[in-house]
Amino acid sequence: MAKKRLIQAINDTLFAEMERDPKVILFGEDVEISMFGDTKGLHERFGPNRIRNTPICEATLTGMAVGAAAGGYRVILHLMFSNFIYTGFDAIANQMAKLRLMTGGQIKLPITVIAGYGGGRSTAAQHSDTPYPLLMNLGGVNVAVPSTPADAAGLLKTAIRGDNPTFYLEAGGRGGERGEVPDDDFTVPFGSARVCRPGTDVTLVSVGAMMKPTLQAAGALAGQDIDAEVIDCRTLVPLDTETIIASVAKTGRIVIVDEARDRCSAASHIAAVVSDEAFTHLKAPVKRITVPNVAMPYAPNVEKTVIPNQEQIAAVTESLVNNPDK
Amino acid sequence: MLAMYRTMLLIRRTEEQLRDDFHAGRLPGGVHLYIGQEAIAAGVCAHLDDADPIASTHRGHGHYLAKGGDPEAMLAEVYARETGICKGMGGSMHVADFSRGIIGANGIVGAGLAISAGAAFAAQLDREGRVAVCFFGDGAANQGVFMEVLNVATLWKLPLLLVCEHNCYSEFSPSDTVTAGEITDRARAFNIPCSVVDGNDAVAVWQAAAAAVELARDGGGPSFIEAKTYRIYGHNESEVHWLSSEYRDETEIEPWRKQDPIERLGSFILENGVCARENLDALDIEIRARIAAAAEAAAAAPPPDPELMRDMMFSGQQP
Repeated sequence: MAKKRLIQAINDTLFAEMERDPKVILFGEDVEISMFGDTKGLHERFGPNRIRNTPICEATLTGMAVGAAAGGYRVILHLMFSNFIYTGFDAIANQMAKLRLMTGGQIKLPITVIAGYGGGRSTAAQHSDTPYPLLMNLGGVNVAVPSTPADAAGLLKTAIRGDNPTFYLEAGGRGGERGEVPDDDFTVPFGSARVCRPGTDVTLVSVGAMMKPTLQAAGALAGQDIDAEVIDCRTLVPLDTETIIASVAKTGRIVIVDEARDRCSAASHIAAVVSDEAFTHLKAPVKRITVPNVAMPYAPNVEKTVIPNQEQIAAVTESLVNNPDK
Repeated sequence: MLAMYRTMLLIRRTEEQLRDDFHAGRLPGGVHLYIGQEAIAAGVCAHLDDADPIASTHRGHGHYLAKGGDPEAMLAEVYARETGICKGMGGSMHVADFSRGIIGANGIVGAGLAISAGAAFAAQLDREGRVAVCFFGDGAANQGVFMEVLNVATLWKLPLLLVCEHNCYSEFSPSDTVTAGEITDRARAFNIPCSVVDGNDAVAVWQAAAAAVELARDGGGPSFIEAKTYRIYGHNESEVHWLSSEYRDETEIEPWRKQDPIERLGSFILENGVCARENLDALDIEIRARIAAAAEAAAAAPPPDPELMRDMMFSGQQP
């Protein structure tokens, strides 16, 4: 067990996986210099055939990932900021997510797309989106959103070793967070949520960057005699609805915290599933805490108002538990 | 030469069958016919092995067949049968057979460009002399990925052959109304070998492709071929049912019918004494019988079990 920063856990895992399997290749814009530090040193170690800087051409890079994966490689495509998923979206939505079915299951597409997501750093609307709802709706891609260094390592291994396209979204600006990472070759299976904090009064469900304010809110609520159970989804596709439903069956209440815009967010989907499958257990309405349907503002004071925070989560949860009719 | 003729005739008879089947209401979806462009697929694919990946277009039956794809499985696919090459999940626009390097016809115009560049990158890393080929139309040359792929393929010296089939139409728009300048000039800007050939002349296509494929196999990087041809049929056979007006007239098509690539290659074969007219006629009879039987078999085959799709979306995972 070693204490590591999240970005270091990702970097170490990329080294280990490229070492483990010579078919793993990585390419993307400026991956050699590594803006986030996650691909740092790989180029020196593995050379230009395994890791390569590309021109800025996302529409081509996503298509190349499909072609190279079809050619037998395990492709890691680094898209830098998740907004660039949009510029490369044709090959994601029309090829990566669909070709396996369209070809009658002839191919496997082992592709891991890495991109930083989320706001909080005044990068404005074109560098701070949280695009996982869009990806969840495609059907043919997995979505992993790690929140701890250990999960970052375990989920990345599952993504790279797996035979399906996976979007591995790094919470922007959270790479410095530290945590224990096991030394052995462990993986975190997809579709397995983690109960980070057991509780009996209310279920708080979140993912990625929102886990921190959610856990802080749970801590604060404990001081108000509200015992919150906190669940980290870890992957949104596949989504471990079983763990969420089991928790709601116990607590009767749920608050879902999501950094995506509210309309058709991951939170909306989870809310719909809970309403369908846990309706008889509910003692209060299903609550979503999300980003309003606006583009991420640049001004720090305005940006701060749109991203869910500890106080908001605690206040909404307290109100739900104590005044459910309000 | 005769193999190329056979391929072209196989494409022609298969597509005539599909044309007739569509108009007889035997197919669930429309078909985009390659008739008149057969020399290009045949002339290029004559240089390729199963291991060489090709990416194709929505007008992809010809590339599939020229690359050795099974006609029976293709017909069954277009008929939406479980015996289809894609188990009835892809249909006419998306025929693929990865075991033969046919990495997919594609419904998105220009999508094959980037996919073939990725396949070429894999080929380059494997160092086994494979070459990737992308067939695309003049319409696709107006997609931004065309420039992007020329850039990265040239920069990385990818073993990639880009074959632009200039058939004079982007769906229903005449090329000169949507395309500025010469498409080949766009490729020339990257200083890679470029050639413009008569796309209805199988021998000319074969020769141009020979040089390009050899260069790519030897590590010499990408090449570009523009094959000038003409789309004899419409964008899609279903268009007569929903187009509100005509977009071209018969006088435009007629001169191109006289440039039929199969007749031209047939004449060339006879003039050069490769075989006799009776041999070509016998070949035609054999192919017609095979395709008619394949269509009957496709019609009689079972449709796919809907449960199949649950296992096909992901590998080893439910959707």
